[in-house]
Amino acid sequence: MNILLIGANSAIATAVARLYASDGHGLFLVGRDLAKLETLRDDLTVRGAGGVALVELDITHTARHTELIERAQTALGGIDLAIICHGVLPDQQICERDFTALQASLDVNVISTMSLLVELGNYFEKQGSGSLAVITSVAGDRGRRSNYVYGASKAMISTFLEGLRGRLHDSGVNVIDIRPGLVDSPMTRELEKGPLFSTPDRVARCIVKGIRKNRTTLYAPGYWRFVMLVVKAIPQRLFKRLRF
Amino acid sequence: MTFSGWGRYPRLESRLIEPISTFEIEESLGGSGQWGPSIIARGAGRSYGDSALAETLVSTRYLDNFSSLTTSEHGYTVLRCASGMSLEKVLETIIPKGLFLPVLPGAKAVTVGGAIAADVHGKNHHIDGSFCDHVESMQVLLATGEIINCNRDAYPELFHATCGGMGLTGIILDAAIKLVPMSSLDIAQRTLVADSLQDCMELMDEHHESKYSVAWIDCLASGAAQGRSVLYLGEHVDEKDAREKSKSGRRGLRAIKRSELKIPFDAPSFLLNKHTMMGFNSAYYALQKSRGAPKRIDYDAFFFPLERLRNWNRLYGSKGFLQYQLAVPQESAHACISAVLSCVSHAGKGSFLSVLKKFGKANNNLLSFPIEGYTLALDFKYEDSLFPLLDKLDAIVLEHGGRLYLAKDARMSKECFRRSYRQWEQFAELKQKLDPRGQFSSLQSRRLGLG
Repeated sequence: MNILLIGANSAIATAVARLYASDGHGLFLVGRDLAKLETLRDDLTVRGAGGVALVELDITHTARHTELIERAQTALGGIDLAIICHGVLPDQQICERDFTALQASLDVNVISTMSLLVELGNYFEKQGSGSLAVITSVAGDRGRRSNYVYGASKAMISTFLEGLRGRLHDSGVNVIDIRPGLVDSPMTRELEKGPLFSTPDRVARCIVKGIRKNRTTLYAPGYWRFVMLVVKAIPQRLFKRLRF
Repeated sequence: MTFSGWGRYPRLESRLIEPISTFEIEESLGGSGQWGPSIIARGAGRSYGDSALAETLVSTRYLDNFSSLTTSEHGYTVLRCASGMSLEKVLETIIPKGLFLPVLPGAKAVTVGGAIAADVHGKNHHIDGSFCDHVESMQVLLATGEIINCNRDAYPELFHATCGGMGLTGIILDAAIKLVPMSSLDIAQRTLVADSLQDCMELMDEHHESKYSVAWIDCLASGAAQGRSVLYLGEHVDEKDAREKSKSGRRGLRAIKRSELKIPFDAPSFLLNKHTMMGFNSAYYALQKSRGAPKRIDYDAFFFPLERLRNWNRLYGSKGFLQYQLAVPQESAHACISAVLSCVSHAGKGSFLSVLKKFGKANNNLLSFPIEGYTLALDFKYEDSLFPLLDKLDAIVLEHGGRLYLAKDARMSKECFRRSYRQWEQFAELKQKLDPRGQFSSLQSRRLGLG
């Protein structure tokens, strides 16, 4: 399988790439930090990847997305699976005071992702096969007072994916909305860890399995489906009083 | 957060730093020294005592990448990987390529960095030496923020001090390890039973050629039964020669993944007392005696029998336990071990995990533990009355020219350390030169007077 991985240096993406590499798949890595991409390429090569290519790109440069997909397609000889993993966790309190910070987070989490989805959606539609997976978050399921800027950006992508899934269904392309729960990774280094946290490795195994089984909405690990079922059932009257 | 070693004694309130790259460590260390005066690298936290305890812990969990796998002109394969990589993960990747690690300790969660820092040994020490004997080179980040690539020719002093140096020379960033070929996941295991310590040691000498050899010893048996033990011998099965298909051979070479049991709470420590342990040991001995036939078992069951219970350290109760591992030269081995066993069984304090193993030649790393002779490891549940007993054991070990394993130690005195690790002065001198402010230090290094 030929896999395009965007935001390859994120902890979850790296863990996913390692699983695919050990099964001999080919990978095209996109990320912001060239040195880290090269480190990852060497790592994936040792694990047995069937070829690894990479491109350094600040993903918010949406003008370069068309070219990016073309390069990936040429390097891989066709894309079977694209996984979009990049994202930032903005500081909620800063965003409440500073709209520029809020906007910057949306550029990464929403605008650049949608631009990629337009490109990839058209690519896969034309190809008539393939899978398109995007990492969103359980945070998109409800607007919590402690994290609603991030949550709203992820909810926007989830809704977008739902529509795109319908459109691409006719072309035989599967669109997967991956919603990880709390993950103990560099992104959450500053947070205190509780029992609900899981590891990037565990989340990655869920993702690879979910993609193989053509799932549509994938909570990772699976217990988050039940956690969020409960959270979503909390009525507004009560929810607005909750501090989490 | 509160941290401890695998033995869960002692515990320390520490700050944990999880750098995501070498660059981040380099910056923080070389810069203003913002990490404070007392830092030590921490891998999987599998050393037993206080070797990886300090006010500031630098976790290597994100230094977990492979760099290269190359076959040298001499025909052997070298793996280069970052220091936070666990041996288990290394095996997962190299086994499908028909490769294996030359030395494996009893715990697979151990990281490459930790394996080097403690210069760990395995069941084949008498033939293949310890882990660092198979390390070709490594990168060490010094207190100055400088990264040095050292091996036996380039910066040999740093190399031989870092191998077995308990993280006190700097932070090990990555290493190149020589691998060995393997053609089957199976080990052909033979089990021999010995009625006494003398018997067991003779058997070990007799089977010196066996690739792997280790004995479980009943440390509570006394009198004529003292030292009764079960010796396990193992050889890699050579699939090319073996006619019969192995259980695992059909599936091809893939790392074995077992479901692991987790103990959800600390066992009440009264469960481990003299009587239950004696009962357990007798039953185990009788069981092994009755089924000594040679058999094939997979490498995971052979090397990591304890890892089936992922957190077996909780068996010893909430206060934790200490492991006491000694090495003693060949000529005084029997006298020393016999005296230790008498002392332990008289006090009735040992437990079920006692291991006797033959060591091969020592290497020339300054603080590496193995010396040619024998090693004995005993587990003790933590209790206040334990410490006088261990002090008594120290005296026996010193008297016979032995020493204690730093990776297991939580309480040895400075004097005991200095009398048994004769190259300590050389180590301390180099440490003073590399790290004059003593930035890298652990509870253990301060206790042992290593800064």
